[in-house]
Amino acid sequence: MSTKTDKIDRLAELTAAKRTDQGHGESLWREAFKRLRRSPMAIAGTIVVGIFIVIAIVGPYIAPFDPVSQTWGDEVFPNKNTFVGPRAENWLGLDHLGRDQFSRMVIGARQSLMVGVVATLLGFAFGALLGGIAGAAAGLGKRWGRRLDTVLMRFTDMMLAIPALLLAVSVAALMGQSLATVMIAVGVAQVPIFARLLRGSMLSQAHSDYVLAAKATGIKRRRIVLAHILPNSMGPVLVQATLTLATAIIDAAALSYLGLGSPDQSTPEWGTMLADAQRFLSGAPQLAIYPAVAIIITALGFTLLGEAMRESLDPKLRK
Amino acid sequence: MFRFVVRRLLQLVPTLLGLSLLLFIWVHSLPGGPEYSLLNEDATDEQRAALRESLGLNEPIWVQYGRFMAKLVQLDFGISLQTGQPVLTEFFNRFPATAELGIMAMTMAVCVGIPLGYFAARYRGRFLDTGAVAGSLIGICIPVFFLGFILKLIFSEHLGLLPSAFRQTAGINATHPTGFYVLDGLLTGEFDAAWDAFLHLILPGLTLASIPLAIITRMTRASVLEVMGEDYVRTAESKGLQQRIIRGRHILRNAMLPVVTAIGLLTGALFAGAVLTESVFAFQGMGLFVYQATQTRDYPALMGFIMLIATVYVLVNLLVDISYSLFDPRVRVR
Repeated sequence: MSTKTDKIDRLAELTAAKRTDQGHGESLWREAFKRLRRSPMAIAGTIVVGIFIVIAIVGPYIAPFDPVSQTWGDEVFPNKNTFVGPRAENWLGLDHLGRDQFSRMVIGARQSLMVGVVATLLGFAFGALLGGIAGAAAGLGKRWGRRLDTVLMRFTDMMLAIPALLLAVSVAALMGQSLATVMIAVGVAQVPIFARLLRGSMLSQAHSDYVLAAKATGIKRRRIVLAHILPNSMGPVLVQATLTLATAIIDAAALSYLGLGSPDQSTPEWGTMLADAQRFLSGAPQLAIYPAVAIIITALGFTLLGEAMRESLDPKLRK
Repeated sequence: MFRFVVRRLLQLVPTLLGLSLLLFIWVHSLPGGPEYSLLNEDATDEQRAALRESLGLNEPIWVQYGRFMAKLVQLDFGISLQTGQPVLTEFFNRFPATAELGIMAMTMAVCVGIPLGYFAARYRGRFLDTGAVAGSLIGICIPVFFLGFILKLIFSEHLGLLPSAFRQTAGINATHPTGFYVLDGLLTGEFDAAWDAFLHLILPGLTLASIPLAIITRMTRASVLEVMGEDYVRTAESKGLQQRIIRGRHILRNAMLPVVTAIGLLTGALFAGAVLTESVFAFQGMGLFVYQATQTRDYPALMGFIMLIATVYVLVNLLVDISYSLFDPRVRVR
């Protein structure tokens, strides 16, 4: 960037950008979607997430063996450090109880997806409700509205001050161990984040030109808040939701590791599998590595998709 | 400036008051109670009832809350049910451990993340940039406890380079005036003890640093890229200023603002990672203690620790807000 030609090139780029600037008159969302389709990050993310969803749907039909029955239980002795690795019959080997690891992985996808989706939806629904009410109340500008906003935000501040994992741990302790508990625990920890995000996003829209224009045309405040500000504030919240899908799956695994996961052995789940496998890490690291890699790749897919969405929704990063 | 700090500290009071009420109800609504976790299985029902009575757990919850608050104003957090020590003593025993771990992790994250993010932005699209972006994405997506186990397996079990548990080798002769083991060793001149404690911090520090490191790298990269496109950078270039000055004064300094915010938030959020890291490495810090407190229904310890942690969290964020004015003279704290 230091040579002269580079600088001229850059100047040319800057001026050219103005002339080829198309897309006025198109909605923010359509424009963002256009950019999203061209983003390699979004494509990679969509492919990963797509594969994950397909496996989650067809998993039980393509699994060659029963994931629960200890069919080869007489071949695996964890206390003697005897494990069975990949072989023709069992593609990923056997787990510590002599169950087919491949079948467990494939079927576990559905549970992991469910944990991620339900937890995110819970956090999103309650967080957006809280943040939406606060943002709308503040946006209406009345005195009680601002008060309501302050009260709600102090409440989320308190929730944020409690470490998220402890919040999840105490929810899990409160409700007993089950998969539903894990979902609720992970979801509750996300509520204040969504609430703050939506409210902040709504407040930052309040001084936009289009809001001013709507005010000038005499549209009622309530309508401005609900029909103009709210839909335009959803971008960052949707991005966060996509990113949360990734962290929810990881957080669920962490809860399982702390011994608060689902004790239900009838349906395998990646987080529980990973937590179980930690005990045999030095003897059979592959048992931990399969679910860990599956979790990492899935989380990566959602993260890529979320980041690509963030970039395409940000008008500053327009090329 | 002074008024700003005082006002922010005063705002802390209602937040903590609300938090204490919320927490008290929450903690006491956990099923089971200390009478189950403290006494063993063959304890009779009478013994359990007697313990509940002696702990004052049979009174209405608002009476219990009132008593708790009355003691709290005198900075008396009660006695931990697990250890029989005052909660405040336990806090001061455990706080240095987690603080030391946190400082180690954040130092790693900042010292690697900011340069890495900066150079990734400067050489955008090159190998370094791609590597940094990919690495930071993976760093966010690895479950913390799994990373801890893998590091332990490689560096401790296979290579035998680093210790994998506790804060210091058992049996080492060291004095601990402050509770920060590395600092203690340096202060008392027991350099071998300091070095030993430092070695014990590396693996947990690295584990805890993974997520902040990834986020700081990404934030720095994005922020530097944004600032590089600003008009004032172009103006500085066209004035013929030295690249060194442009990079240091115009780009880096302006790009640091969002990164500093992120560092503050990440420091506050470190605690969740500390619970996992400390339990993987059997590191006797606050994370492990609070986790055990939830399991044993140690009400006073839970209340006290979470309130104190929340206070530290708010104070860290206050420091972050103050540090803005150091980076950006336009931000005048009022």
